[in-house]
Amino acid sequence: MIDLLYFAWVRERIGLPRERLETGAATVADLIEELKLREDRYAAAFADLRALRVAVDQELADFDAPLAGVRELAFFPPMTGG
Amino acid sequence: MQIRVQADPFDYGAECAAFAARAAGPGSGAGAVVTFLGLVRDDGGRLSRMEIEHYPGMTEKALSAIATEAAGRWPLSEVLILHRFGPLAPGDAIMMVGTASRHRAAAFQAADFLMDYLKSRAPFWKKEFAADGAEWVAAKDEDETALGRW
Repeated sequence: MIDLLYFAWVRERIGLPRERLETGAATVADLIEELKLREDRYAAAFADLRALRVAVDQELADFDAPLAGVRELAFFPPMTGG
Repeated sequence: MQIRVQADPFDYGAECAAFAARAAGPGSGAGAVVTFLGLVRDDGGRLSRMEIEHYPGMTEKALSAIATEAAGRWPLSEVLILHRFGPLAPGDAIMMVGTASRHRAAAFQAADFLMDYLKSRAPFWKKEFAADGAEWVAAKDEDETALGRW
């Protein structure tokens, strides 16, 4: 089971802040493909990966990062702190 | 090193005084303190309010990592990062950083470094509300480019 967290417009497009998922996906990119097939709102949120960032267990990661052993995955737009 | 993430407002004057007092503590060797305050711009009166969202857990980790990186690059005796989240109004204080070092160059550079990294490596997202609608603030290319300076 993986906890998926969504922030900012990703959260708004998907319509929820977090959910728990059982997945056989090997990488973040594979999981995204799985989500996009699920419903239109996921397809809309993940339409352009260049506009997205991913954190794997609270560390920034690449989309080809493996999911084995991962507990928490977060998707969000580029950060705007400061 | 002090990292604080909070919804509550903070008193910049009191925070600066407390930081300077810690920096001047016995044995710190500090000869320079730099503090920076970030405010919500009113954008020519267009902005009515702002909401800052963050990623509890990752935020504290990312800020600690940024402060630790700064302390590895410059001889800092004290570092403070304080960042707010939640609803904010134009003119409100969003965040502050403080650095203390033996000499001013290190304190200035470390504060500048902290700000550059906070912009694009700390999981905060700003949403601006104006009369004509609400919009997530987009990251700027120059914020990413600025990291190349370090």
